[in-house]
Amino acid sequence: MNEKLYLEDEENLGTKVEEGYEQVYCRPDTLTDVPFHYCPGCGHSVVHKVLMEVIDELGIQEETIGVAPVGCSVFAYQYMNIDMQEAAHGRATAVATGIKRVLPDKYVFSYQGDGDLAAIGTAETIHTVNRGENILMLFINNGIYGMTGGQMAPTSLIGQVTSTSPYGREAAQVGNPIKIADMLCLLPGAYYVTRQIVHNPNGVRKLKKALLKAFEYQKQKKGTCFVEVVSNCPSGWKMTPVETIKYLEEKMIPMYPLGDLKVPQN
Amino acid sequence: MENKEKRTGEAKLMKGNEAFAEAAIRADMDAYFGYPITPQSEVLEYLEREIPGRHGLVLQAESEIASINMIYGAAGAGARVMTSSSSPGISLMQEGISYIAAAQLPCLIANIVRGGPGLGTIQPSQGDYFQATKGGGHGDYHLIVLAPSSVQEMADFVFDGFRLAEKYRTPVMILSDGALGQMMEKVILPEEGSLPKTVPAWATTGKTKNREHNVITSLFMQPEEMEQVNLRMQEKYKSMQKEVRYEEIQVEDAEFLLVAFGLSSRICQKTVDLAREKGIKVGLLRPITLYPYPYDRLKELSNQVEFMLTVEMNAGQMVEDVRLSVEGKVPVHFIGRMGGMILSPEDILHKIESIHESLNAVNV
Repeated sequence: MNEKLYLEDEENLGTKVEEGYEQVYCRPDTLTDVPFHYCPGCGHSVVHKVLMEVIDELGIQEETIGVAPVGCSVFAYQYMNIDMQEAAHGRATAVATGIKRVLPDKYVFSYQGDGDLAAIGTAETIHTVNRGENILMLFINNGIYGMTGGQMAPTSLIGQVTSTSPYGREAAQVGNPIKIADMLCLLPGAYYVTRQIVHNPNGVRKLKKALLKAFEYQKQKKGTCFVEVVSNCPSGWKMTPVETIKYLEEKMIPMYPLGDLKVPQN
Repeated sequence: MENKEKRTGEAKLMKGNEAFAEAAIRADMDAYFGYPITPQSEVLEYLEREIPGRHGLVLQAESEIASINMIYGAAGAGARVMTSSSSPGISLMQEGISYIAAAQLPCLIANIVRGGPGLGTIQPSQGDYFQATKGGGHGDYHLIVLAPSSVQEMADFVFDGFRLAEKYRTPVMILSDGALGQMMEKVILPEEGSLPKTVPAWATTGKTKNREHNVITSLFMQPEEMEQVNLRMQEKYKSMQKEVRYEEIQVEDAEFLLVAFGLSSRICQKTVDLAREKGIKVGLLRPITLYPYPYDRLKELSNQVEFMLTVEMNAGQMVEDVRLSVEGKVPVHFIGRMGGMILSPEDILHKIESIHESLNAVNV
């Protein structure tokens, strides 16, 4: 890290740090030098950055294989400078299982949104955890299908207006928001289940700690680690980024309470 | 394409499905992911029973959808991988197979075909010919398709299948059927560990300092790029044409040609004998590769024979490729049964005789 004494902000990109100054932060090598395509205010880029920082800090860039989903983060592999595979919609954890089974000493993670993990991929999600696959499942829950233009997701809130629930989500018609992380806790294969946020610095710090733990448990081959991030979608929710944070705190978090849902039992 | 494996040891009496599974272990398969379905469950059962203590791993997935995507992941990680299923399960796998073809990953997929459509029957059929040879899933792609007609070939084609899959970075399908899977025949198995293996440079085995990160994907959002990817794939399919393989039985002096693959070709062999006893000069062409297809050879033979009769256990699928081959030069007839029913050699002979008679009637 220290040899890269270059400023990374846009105006001074590539400029050497002036004498007398110390560089305290730079892009880790685990992130490519490609600008994120994510909408302003979206949580994906923060989660990408935190995840890649963790992999960089643990020094496991060469030993980690990631699986990108179908959804807004379909291009995760353009930003994550590690070996990656792009899975079919809903199948990221099956793909991750295939990788982990033939490379059991590598670190493997899947990265999925709510439509991918909790609707079309529900069977794969449950059975991957039930087998206790030694992988990290990273789950971004923003209660909407972002990539396809803001349709109702399995995790959309009751009353939430989306392009496919234009009068608000009704439980009688399409069921209730699914709390998949809570469900997965019932499975013995789930070793560590936690729900985090990235819209404030404290949340980012906590997510980082959770991810560090998850990789440590994977190293110890303890079972599946499931990290949910309750996030936002300014474009899909049709709100400004600031409004999304208010909505997230007032509506999303009461439905999806934060913290550890399942911790290792000794 | 020829079988290159040494075959030593005694002949064994084995079920097609078990010979197939044992051959996969001997071919140094790294992983098998599958799901039970009749009439191919013996593959999974055999591997679960036999793999412990030998090379490779076997995992029963929660569905065929999961197993084909596990195949994608493991193949992308550079492993030699295989799955198998039967018709409805293969239908479930089609999305994954399209992704595997598009991401250009090698793997072996066996379809032990049963009668359809729908839940159909567990009895043998060749009703998945179109699905296997014309794409199956979405988009412009092909599989290399091998059609065994004996338990011996159920074993041999595992080696051929892996070799072709790895040579062309493509999924290879073994299109068998419920009878070949279930029946027992004499088989001499290929020698263990005789198929060389290297971890490909493109595999996601962990980024090293001396290379860029490897990415396995089938997503190319720019139309110009997506077209280039397609053009490269089409070039690859063209280059595969040299792998075409077929068997000819008593074709040299044949006046009438039977065209049949897999189990149907076994029945046709008997028909050839019956016809020859009656002085009718019948020959048989058996396509071994259903993709690539022996169009050129059939076209040549259209100069020799009076007509061709395609025999299939379906409503007439391969017959379309036979007709494409001969370009209208000779009549191409069809006889088949469906739903798990199998033609007898005599049924086929009667059909030959009746076509022959009707041609003579026209000539008079």
